[in-house]
Amino acid sequence: MNSLGSIRRSFAPWTDPSAKPYIEFRNVTKRFGDFTAVNDLSLSIYEREFFALLGASGCGKSTLLRMLAGFEEPTSGSIFLDGQDLRGIPPYRRPVNMMFQSYALFPHMTVEQNIAFGLKQDGMAKAEIEQRVTEMLKLVKLSQFAKRKPHQLSGGQRQRVALARAVAKRPKVLLLDEPLGALDKKLREETQFELMDLQQKLGLTFVVVTHDQEEAMTMADRIAILDKGEVMQVATPAEVYEAPGSRFVAGFVGTVNIFEGKVSAREGVAATIMTDGGVIHSENASDATVGSDVAFAIRPEKIKVSSKEPAPGVDNAMQGEVYDIAYLGDMTVYHVKLPNGQVVRASALNAARVTEDPLTWDDTAWISFRPDAGVILTR
Amino acid sequence: MQRAIAALTSRLVIVVPYLWLLAFFLVPFIIVFKISLSTTAIAMPPYEPVITLSNGIGAFFAQFRDLHFDNYAWLGDDPLYMRAYLSSVVIAGISTFLALLIGFPVAYGMARAPATLRPTLLMLVILPFWTSFLIRVYAWIGILKPEGLLNQFLLFTGIIDTPLVILNTHTAIFIGIVYSYLPFMILPLYASLEKMDYSLIEAANDLGCPPISAFWKITFPLTLPGVIAGCLLVFIPAVGEFVIPDLLGGSQTLMIGKTLWNEFFANRDWPVASAVAIILLLLLVVPIMFFQQAQARAQEQGK
Repeated sequence: MNSLGSIRRSFAPWTDPSAKPYIEFRNVTKRFGDFTAVNDLSLSIYEREFFALLGASGCGKSTLLRMLAGFEEPTSGSIFLDGQDLRGIPPYRRPVNMMFQSYALFPHMTVEQNIAFGLKQDGMAKAEIEQRVTEMLKLVKLSQFAKRKPHQLSGGQRQRVALARAVAKRPKVLLLDEPLGALDKKLREETQFELMDLQQKLGLTFVVVTHDQEEAMTMADRIAILDKGEVMQVATPAEVYEAPGSRFVAGFVGTVNIFEGKVSAREGVAATIMTDGGVIHSENASDATVGSDVAFAIRPEKIKVSSKEPAPGVDNAMQGEVYDIAYLGDMTVYHVKLPNGQVVRASALNAARVTEDPLTWDDTAWISFRPDAGVILTR
Repeated sequence: MQRAIAALTSRLVIVVPYLWLLAFFLVPFIIVFKISLSTTAIAMPPYEPVITLSNGIGAFFAQFRDLHFDNYAWLGDDPLYMRAYLSSVVIAGISTFLALLIGFPVAYGMARAPATLRPTLLMLVILPFWTSFLIRVYAWIGILKPEGLLNQFLLFTGIIDTPLVILNTHTAIFIGIVYSYLPFMILPLYASLEKMDYSLIEAANDLGCPPISAFWKITFPLTLPGVIAGCLLVFIPAVGEFVIPDLLGGSQTLMIGKTLWNEFFANRDWPVASAVAIILLLLLVVPIMFFQQAQARAQEQGK
């Protein structure tokens, strides 16, 4: 799976069996009354990793973060940080700092005093505090705003103060709760790269909670996808996208076409599936066994749409009619309706300004894809 | 035209509170002030009329020459008044502080209670107002007197052998004032605590600040406007309080409200009583102005 996507990573301690996890959740369960927020969850995060917890609201991602910060204690199980069991250690003694979703800047203090707050708690010398604050202000490009109060700043500036305050103490781990949630789209995209830069520069371990899959894909080294308090998959962004482990993950990250069917034959990594729409040959059979119900998942950009019938012998071709067309500038998304009623999405990059094979509404169209373009999901 | 009417209407709306202030504060103040400059007389009302128009314009202006501040000088000469003012301020101050000590944890608990429970708790705080103030103070006599409920209970449980003397002491006054004015302390405190963002405390903890220290560094400064409002709402009426020291404090208690009452009704010396009232007012206007300033400052801070 190393060649998935186009990114080859040089930083991948999770592939090294001798590497020791920096943060470790061991069979952690957290209940609030009858509600189980986190269910018997185990997870390892490595030093200097940019790790994202991704999931819809209520999936338990924020609870995980709050347990790491010390605001909640696990009902059972334990959390280790750098070999130390964190149970019973109050938040003010943990070597982690958090950037809050609401930023939680102290309204009665200036930007400078906000950033210095944590340092003062450590009893750091005054001159040293001043130096560190100046350094932090420079890092987040807010030097001229040092004397302002939070309410005199814009949303983006507040976000950066919160960040500076959280990293000022050089924590072992920086926790970020929806760090970009309150920013508008353009600012969010800029800030994503700033955050990645900052993480590289400081060499800290970042754990970020987000519900925005694009944000997680852009920033994180690895993503844990959570649902109902359980980990669905932990993998790099490319793996999550190209080799989702389940229907849930495939549907949660990006757009996907799912063909439900039954495995009729299997040979090595290849398998043949009988679906409503037709026969599909796939070369990513994973653990599918003959006769089992599986799903074949394929991303829209991996499906080719054509007005002409593919040459006989071409695998995985299905006939349908163009149901809808969305022209997005850089690409066009075709919705093709198969005879069984299923609508398949296929996107085509508009590499040329004029299409040689123009398709329009209600035209008969053929979709086709290579046997290695999709994956078979057993869960 | 319509805009002119709208502008006029908005002016009128502003005028209403000023009219209210004029009719119910400034006019009575001037009347009392006028009486304070007069001399007692055996008459109805019991003082020489100060300023009237009944004797013609010439006499009207001549009246101003007869005005004197003798009553104020009298207040300075007799140490009784000084002591009464001082003792009132001290009693009100101590009571305010006690009310703050009790009120803050209560307000904090209410603000942290589940949102569904808060209206009920708020209701419980306001509930005593549904009974007459006078009856509630009388009830305390029944509780605090030597053969009262409290002593009976303490004797019954064996904590004490002889009844405690609480009624007719300063302790009884403190109890009475704190009990009566506690809601005025709790409500503004609750209002400022409730709107405080709890994640600020978590942020402080996260940055290495233990809970008690976080209280003094974050919670207290942010709720200071509520603390000041609550303290003034208790302190100001407590200074002039008459019923509680009269009923619970016994005869030897010296408070300015009681002195004032005595001057008016026992001595029938309206001019001196008015002078007492004017000085009391000035005494209270100072903290009110202080409060106004604090509020303006808080507003400027945008909190």
